[in-house]
Amino acid sequence: MAETVTSKNLALAKAINESLRRALEEDPKVLIMGEDVGKLGGVFRVTDGLQKDFGESRVIDTPLAESGIVGTAIGLALRGYRPVVEIQFDGFVFPAYDQIVTQLAKMHARSLGKVKLPVVVRIPYGGGIGAVEHHSESPEALFAHVSGLKIVSPSNASDAYWMMQQAIQSDDPVIFFEPKRRYWDKGEVNPEAIPGPLHRAQVVREGTDLTLVAYGPMVKLCQEVAAAAAEEGKNLEILDLRSVSPLDFDAIQTSVEKTRRLVVVHEAPVFFGSGAEIAARITERCFYHLEAPVLRVGGYHAPYPPARLEEEYLPGLDRVLDAVDRALAY
Amino acid sequence: MTVESTAARKPRRSAGSKAGTTGTERTTRTTARKAAEPELVQLLTPEGKRVKNAKNAEYAKYVAGITPEELRGLYRDMVLTRRFDAEATALQRQGELGLWASLLGQEAAQIGSGRALRDDDYVFPTYREHGVAWCRGVDPTNLLGMFRGVNNGGWDPNGNNFHLYTIVIGSQTLHATGYAMGVAKDGADSAVIAYFGDGASSQGDVAESFTFSAVYNAPVVFFCQNNQWAISEPTEKQTRVPLYQRAQGYGFPGVRVDGNDVLACLAVTRWALDRARDGEGPTLVEAYTYRMGAHTTSDDPTKYRADEEREAWEAKDPILRLRRHLEASNHTDEGFFAELEAESEALGRRVREAVRAMPDPDRFAIFEHVYADGHALVDEERAQFAAYQASFATEAESGFAAGSGDN
Repeated sequence: MAETVTSKNLALAKAINESLRRALEEDPKVLIMGEDVGKLGGVFRVTDGLQKDFGESRVIDTPLAESGIVGTAIGLALRGYRPVVEIQFDGFVFPAYDQIVTQLAKMHARSLGKVKLPVVVRIPYGGGIGAVEHHSESPEALFAHVSGLKIVSPSNASDAYWMMQQAIQSDDPVIFFEPKRRYWDKGEVNPEAIPGPLHRAQVVREGTDLTLVAYGPMVKLCQEVAAAAAEEGKNLEILDLRSVSPLDFDAIQTSVEKTRRLVVVHEAPVFFGSGAEIAARITERCFYHLEAPVLRVGGYHAPYPPARLEEEYLPGLDRVLDAVDRALAY
Repeated sequence: MTVESTAARKPRRSAGSKAGTTGTERTTRTTARKAAEPELVQLLTPEGKRVKNAKNAEYAKYVAGITPEELRGLYRDMVLTRRFDAEATALQRQGELGLWASLLGQEAAQIGSGRALRDDDYVFPTYREHGVAWCRGVDPTNLLGMFRGVNNGGWDPNGNNFHLYTIVIGSQTLHATGYAMGVAKDGADSAVIAYFGDGASSQGDVAESFTFSAVYNAPVVFFCQNNQWAISEPTEKQTRVPLYQRAQGYGFPGVRVDGNDVLACLAVTRWALDRARDGEGPTLVEAYTYRMGAHTTSDDPTKYRADEEREAWEAKDPILRLRRHLEASNHTDEGFFAELEAESEALGRRVREAVRAMPDPDRFAIFEHVYADGHALVDEERAQFAAYQASFATEAESGFAAGSGDN
């Protein structure tokens, strides 16, 4: 057994699938719920084959009612189950927003810790796949503003696998944002190498001149940015936050104290977004270290545009490089 | 136009002309009320007489063997619940509670349904189920913490299988449905009951809970207390058909029970719980009742409803009705009522003293139980808060605080 090579090269979506499979195998209280998650395996096939192997009572096709999905998951959690529910697309979570914000997030505190809500809400999010409206949004800040919820987003297959394991094991509700445009990106997954804690950010590229902070779909873009900048002789550090709430400010501070410059990149609108929170706190923590204001690159204060315009709306290589240049110019 | 639809329109016009109203809104409302009344399952008339007929027989058998002692128990529950409720209302008026949602008039619906439950059944209440809480053995003083503002719950939901009060209208019906789905998965034969009001019946969550419970055949009883008013909005603003009929569209039975008749509420709820236990899925019970007081102590019903309406419902008072029945059946003597009166007063006193003695929560409670696993931001803000609090102690120690100096 010890000699067996356990590492696998998996697409991000498949890594989540294998992680869910493992959770279903290991804990009979784990349930998968959502629209089309059964026979179809989800519109992105993330739950492919799970109903076939675990049955309709563990992998549950639900009515088309998002509030009902989350609300009944709360009831199941109160009964001792650990539901993992799928919201089909980012823009469809809002019918469930009330249940998530007023019930799921608050019940542990209201009960003075007497009840636990180990519910994972999976949301494929973000753009870049040419979809129609309500299929490409990044609403993570709307959830991060709510206490009682954990908000995470993996950027690669290994994190997708392990963060899902950790999210399911958490006794807190976790909103699990899956970067849908990275579903087909492959990466190494080692189901035996236990990673760091869910809330810990990761330095994915060491650098000295400037820190790029990102999570989910924007981490890969930042790697492309760093590669392009390197050709111009600029050495950028990249931090993958992995978790938006809690947010690993210590890791950002450590990096910024080294590089003295910070650019935050996310797909969500910049206004009141997670970049604003990062900029404010890092300004407080690192005021005397900073050589430039913290800059943000993200979406505009406009509805997510039609697909033919999304490349204008989304942060791309040039927009991030431009922000890097501006920060370095101070 | 069919014959049926023509027939349905005719009385609407005549009802309007009889009432001397000119607008159509008033006419349709009158018709809706008239159409609603005859559907009730009733076992005890307002005069306290037992009702026996073919329509009620299916339910009546669930209370056929009820003993005089059990009847006295139901009476005692209703009297004590009303006394508790009156005390809480008074405490709000005295400034001891920030708000109170009175159940006055709904004692039969709550005690009847509450006493139908087994210990292993699970209850999902709104914020007005003080009588059901009483039946579950939740100490009534624990219900007052959230209204006094010292906590947001006040009891362990698993201690009595009685979930925390839910303020957002209708949310708990989905929690009940999910819980019931879990009960079914566990292979248990317990049941779940969700309480909600006529106003909540308009909420999407209630509709979704009907859908989910029907699709998964969940062992849940939806107990709607139609108390006629959702703050200032009458039931007619929520529905154009009697509420219990909604169930039909979802594929499970609905029944309207006289919500001021504790026996009928007990019988019908037992019937519905039995269905749940037997794997027959959900039931909607509409307890047709009346909220005699205000929606909450912040409300003023004199602005939107007529005195005559309340007077008409007072004649159907649930407690008076059972008292008449007990007296006519020689099930009680004066000693019973006197002892109960003394018990009521003792309860009122206990509640009053308990509320006044409730300590404010520790200020660090703000940061407790936000997360089960902990959260860095909460830890950071707790530390900031502690440092801020400690700064006052430092000032006092160094003599800066008012009145603490040597001079």
